[in-house]
Amino acid sequence: MPDGTRAVLDGPEINRALTRIAHEVLERTKGGEDVTLLGIPSRGVPLAQRLARRIERVEDLAVPVGSLDITMYRDDLRLAPARALGRTEIPVGGLDDRVVVLVDDVLFSGRTVRAALDALGDLGRPRAVQLAVLVDRGHRELPIRADYVGKNLPTSLRENVTVRLEETDGHDAVLLGPAHPRPGAPSARPAATEGND
Amino acid sequence: MRHLLSTGDLSRDEATLILDTAEELAQVGDRSVKKLPTLRGRTVVNLFYEDSTRTRTSFELAAKRLSADVINFSAKGSSVSKGESLKDTALTLQAMGADGVVIRHSASGAAHRLANWVDGSVLNAGDGTHEHPTQALLDAFTMRSRLGRLEGLRVAIVGDILHSRVARSNVLLLTTLGAHVTLVAPPTLLPVSVHTWPCEVSYDLDDVLPKSDVVMLLRVQAERMHESFFPSEREYSRRFGLDGERLGRMPQDAIVMHPGPMVRGMEISAEVADSPRCTVTEQVANGVSLRMAVLYLLLGGS
Repeated sequence: MPDGTRAVLDGPEINRALTRIAHEVLERTKGGEDVTLLGIPSRGVPLAQRLARRIERVEDLAVPVGSLDITMYRDDLRLAPARALGRTEIPVGGLDDRVVVLVDDVLFSGRTVRAALDALGDLGRPRAVQLAVLVDRGHRELPIRADYVGKNLPTSLRENVTVRLEETDGHDAVLLGPAHPRPGAPSARPAATEGND
Repeated sequence: MRHLLSTGDLSRDEATLILDTAEELAQVGDRSVKKLPTLRGRTVVNLFYEDSTRTRTSFELAAKRLSADVINFSAKGSSVSKGESLKDTALTLQAMGADGVVIRHSASGAAHRLANWVDGSVLNAGDGTHEHPTQALLDAFTMRSRLGRLEGLRVAIVGDILHSRVARSNVLLLTTLGAHVTLVAPPTLLPVSVHTWPCEVSYDLDDVLPKSDVVMLLRVQAERMHESFFPSEREYSRRFGLDGERLGRMPQDAIVMHPGPMVRGMEISAEVADSPRCTVTEQVANGVSLRMAVLYLLLGGS
């Protein structure tokens, strides 16, 4: 672990937070009949799959899970070289009239979620869209808030939140450390929607 | 990557990135809203000095699906027919603020020259008998989606290699991606320098057919032939044309490709052209996704 970095959530805590969110989703959607979970790549996707497994365990209900890549909808495309696309997989049956729960690891400026809402508009017409995040680190730049939050984590802009998951990184943890200034970045603030938003 | 002038400039990673991006973008064609906001506010100029409805509309559709503004500029009926040079046309486009220029020209190297004169990205859509990179990329994309891999694939490219920019781009790209290419043609339709290309050469189609996973037929480009290269169409067709009988001698899952336009009865029989193993229409559909990928990777970032 680099200097000054500390774990703010460990594996069991992440699991407990996801179990709680799964129950909250079932409660708010009155049993989860119409729910479709859409993870935002890369780490939102395994989180969405874990939520689906928990919902199935609690309510014996198979919830459709997909992934929604938002790269082509970002508002900062011109600020960096073209990036590789993630996967978009919409579950069979589409999104029309479903309650779509977007799932991401960190909620930061809100720009990723805005892009996801734009993408959803091109893919179908959900009855409602909700947002679930593992960590809300604050510093919103748009009027967006999450419906389900694993942990509210007050941070400074000079800090960096990193989520590690078993599926993508080999272990579960949420780390808080000093931000690494990006070459050519105009201020201490990392590029608005980079990675962990 | 700023321009796409030759498939020879692409590393294996870059080529794979383009193919992977195209695979994701192929989904857009199946949606009810076939549009992404990615290139909103960007301008793409289709600069076509040679007629080509297929390639031009493919590029136009790709740019429009990414929300770019598209200007079609064909040499016929433009200031080119009044004598304007390529350089002056390029500077005019530059002044109009083109972010990307797609150029098709009858002179080999025209795209390279253009790249020196404009600030935007240049996409080579076919220059003379030199290269046609997006065609080779969409061919590789089609092979990968039909056969599941490119590494170790045996590809035969058959016909008018001499006048074919498609053949040259394909040889360079497929070799980079790990496939083995064999060119099959009468000696008169092979370029003098073919021994320097990273591929094998054969004069006998029947010998190569059973060993090929892909047979790519090329159109005999009569419009570029100012002397005779083979005795008669009938003889060419008998020795290098693909008919049902020859198709039967290819491996069970081997596919037949053609960059179009096809001349039925000469390089390909109607029976083969209409067979489900022939990927011509798939290649056209894949062309749009592939060109979206290239436009995104060249113009989408900073």
